[in-house]
Amino acid sequence: MSGFARHRRSKHIIATFTGFEADLLRSLAAQLVELLRNEAAVPRDDEDPFETLMDFSGPTTEPDDPVLARLFPTAYPADEEASAEFRRFTEGTLRDGKARAAITIIDCLEDAGLPPELTEEGLMIDVELDQPTAETWMRSFTDLRLALATRLEVEEGDEAYWHSLPDDDPRAQAHDIYDWVGYLQETLVHALSSR
Amino acid sequence: MSTASPVEVEPTTTPDEITVLATPWVTIVWNDPVNLMSYVTYVFQKYFGYDKKKAEKLMLEVHEDGKSVVSSGSREEMERDVQAMHEYGLWATLDKQQ
Repeated sequence: MSGFARHRRSKHIIATFTGFEADLLRSLAAQLVELLRNEAAVPRDDEDPFETLMDFSGPTTEPDDPVLARLFPTAYPADEEASAEFRRFTEGTLRDGKARAAITIIDCLEDAGLPPELTEEGLMIDVELDQPTAETWMRSFTDLRLALATRLEVEEGDEAYWHSLPDDDPRAQAHDIYDWVGYLQETLVHALSSR
Repeated sequence: MSTASPVEVEPTTTPDEITVLATPWVTIVWNDPVNLMSYVTYVFQKYFGYDKKKAEKLMLEVHEDGKSVVSSGSREEMERDVQAMHEYGLWATLDKQQ
């Protein structure tokens, strides 16, 4: 595990993943896409079904899922009406952008040789990203980390708590994955900042 | 392109007050336990075009004070900035300038 670096000659951003790591990243990205696309944007029980079908405008209330609520924060904390308007005009676009970014990760990994089902032992996946694609990965890593952290209820300065959990605790394992994506993102930011 | 809006200026208004009236909205970025300091600095440089020193100063304000005003301007401009911050996964809100 060495993270991202900038290739000296091509100037592209490169990284090498084990098959297991690449498969894990794909799985996280795929879960994020599913979450972004699945949850009904607004509870609309009280509305006419035909009207609902004809209504292409965006949602106006905060998503129920805490991950989505964090990804799409309320823009005007003290003004419900302005927040609803902001959400109506932005959340759909933001959802699509975040889903597309996660799909970019999946596509790059598969283009680099990650098979649909990981069966081969010792498979290594080399990715080579141009600057805009690497920035898309960097943004999507934030979404993945926000999703994991919200599920785990990560707080400022709680590292000791996570280290105190036994290794076989599923929360400790999920937190290790969160740390790993953080490490990847840190190396990616540094690679992108270097020339 | 822009058009001038019919704003009446009180003859007693001082230049400082005029500046405040012209840019009454701000984008605020709030601290969260997830986003990396290096990433937040990168975003401020990339999106706002701030130099590294200014981007780091704003990032440290977010980190240490819990929030920082990262841009100011018209309401429309600030809505664009807040949307962009959300695109980058930063927790941003907008408010009237204090």
